[in-house]
Amino acid sequence: MNRFSYQVMTGALVTALTGMYVGAAFAQTSVSPTLGRNLAAQCANCHGTNGKSVADVPSLAGQSAAMIVQKMQDYRDGKLPASIMHQLAKAYSDDQVALMADYFSKQAK
Amino acid sequence: MNSTSTRRNFVKSAGALSLLGTLASGGVTGCASLGGVAKPKVVVVGGGYGGATAAKYIAMWSEGKIDVTLVERDAQFVSCPLSNLVLGGSKTINDISVAYGGLAKYGVRHVRGDATGFDPDKKTLALADGTSLPYDRLVLSPGIDFIPDALPGLASADARGKVLAAWKAGPETVALRNQLVAMKDGGVFAIHIPKAPYRCPPGPYERACQVAWYFQQVKPKSKVIILDANEDVTSKKGLFTKAWNGQFKGLIEYRNNQDIQDVDATNNTLKMTFGEDFKADVLNVIPPMRAGNIAASSGLNNSNKRWCQVDWLTYESTAVKNVHILGDALQIAPAMPKSGHMANQHGKVCAAAIVALLTGDTVNQTPMVANTCYSFIDDKNVVHVASVHRYDAAQKTMVPIAGSGGLSVEQNVLEGVYANSWARNIWADMLT
Repeated sequence: MNRFSYQVMTGALVTALTGMYVGAAFAQTSVSPTLGRNLAAQCANCHGTNGKSVADVPSLAGQSAAMIVQKMQDYRDGKLPASIMHQLAKAYSDDQVALMADYFSKQAK
Repeated sequence: MNSTSTRRNFVKSAGALSLLGTLASGGVTGCASLGGVAKPKVVVVGGGYGGATAAKYIAMWSEGKIDVTLVERDAQFVSCPLSNLVLGGSKTINDISVAYGGLAKYGVRHVRGDATGFDPDKKTLALADGTSLPYDRLVLSPGIDFIPDALPGLASADARGKVLAAWKAGPETVALRNQLVAMKDGGVFAIHIPKAPYRCPPGPYERACQVAWYFQQVKPKSKVIILDANEDVTSKKGLFTKAWNGQFKGLIEYRNNQDIQDVDATNNTLKMTFGEDFKADVLNVIPPMRAGNIAASSGLNNSNKRWCQVDWLTYESTAVKNVHILGDALQIAPAMPKSGHMANQHGKVCAAAIVALLTGDTVNQTPMVANTCYSFIDDKNVVHVASVHRYDAAQKTMVPIAGSGGLSVEQNVLEGVYANSWARNIWADMLT
């Protein structure tokens, strides 16, 4: 669906964003390796187990972490119109979004 | 085992028996990992949104290190969400049913049977056929059952077969649809809603919309009357009332504070607490409810004898150790709805905790759950409510996250697409 199509970002920006947010999250010594998995499991109801959708809502599995981070920021900041994601995105910190994005980016498409 | 939860239980334990129990529980894991003789066993009772999800995720996340058995009497799951569309006629019962066969590939064993009780000391679950299943951790996702004797007129199966609840999707859903189809044009369909808390807060209002949508097409002289025991509409009020005053104007009438004393099923009549009896052509009564029977009969319903209290980090019962409870049976945390979506999320937090407890890992101390709830106004237009909740360590409960969540601005077709997509993905998330 068009409203879900990810905006194209330049490679440099993608790398910078991913490094910054995932780096910030893992800088915390207390982060468990399963925290990203547990957080991402909240998305599965609509986006499929491990982000692999079987219906109209798009898959998150195998998407670039930076794009997921950017989309969540844009939903949260009201830059991207949405029916529901703008309400959900506001619940998660940058660190949490980075962990979820990192998890989904590592799942098979 | 070095989890916080286990440590806390250990500290709470009093006497040699409890001490032995705790050590034995840890010993099972130790044997499994050292000798490879026996895997730790988890038995899940109830294959609804909570139980099926927990079974799949424990098997998936433990990567086969935990033996998972799902006890569920039926061969296929029938969804409560979307079941009102069967009443409206835009979906059939087959459209909202999914077989349990898909869980086998995760290693989940499906035992068809009825769980009757459990022995918390021997850690065995009893089934109606006389067999029993041993467990290290028992997960109950028993849903709801109606409070016995709350409405004496519905004590008999005959009465309940005539004045239907249809609050568990399945044969009653089809039977209620058949009553609506058989009703003459110009008839009255009345739905009685119990005082909150009850399963699926917006469900009765969605149902009223679905029946009105059906009447509008084929029985336009008919009426829908909502008799609500609550002071006001309990969910999505603005969105529902807009539809009742809009496309369903003259078709749906809403009445609040409608307490009932009883039901007379012989003539489809409600015995109102105040005022005259109320008779309808098709009467749909959702009786007051509590945690499902196995929870109630086992003393797990330690909140007002209706609902079950749990540790929100593990979903372990506060009444009985090694027993975890999910879904509508729980005493809810503030602003947490009794919904299928929420039960699915309970299932995952519980699954992560059980895998951690049985494999010597640390239980996540910062769990979160999200809720997304779609209601169909007609066959295409949909409204939602959403919320996200986090664990608050000081209050030891789940709290909604300020600034997040919300409602649809208005009913719309796009969310109809998303709602159908939601159903397919959440059913797959549980079952395939």
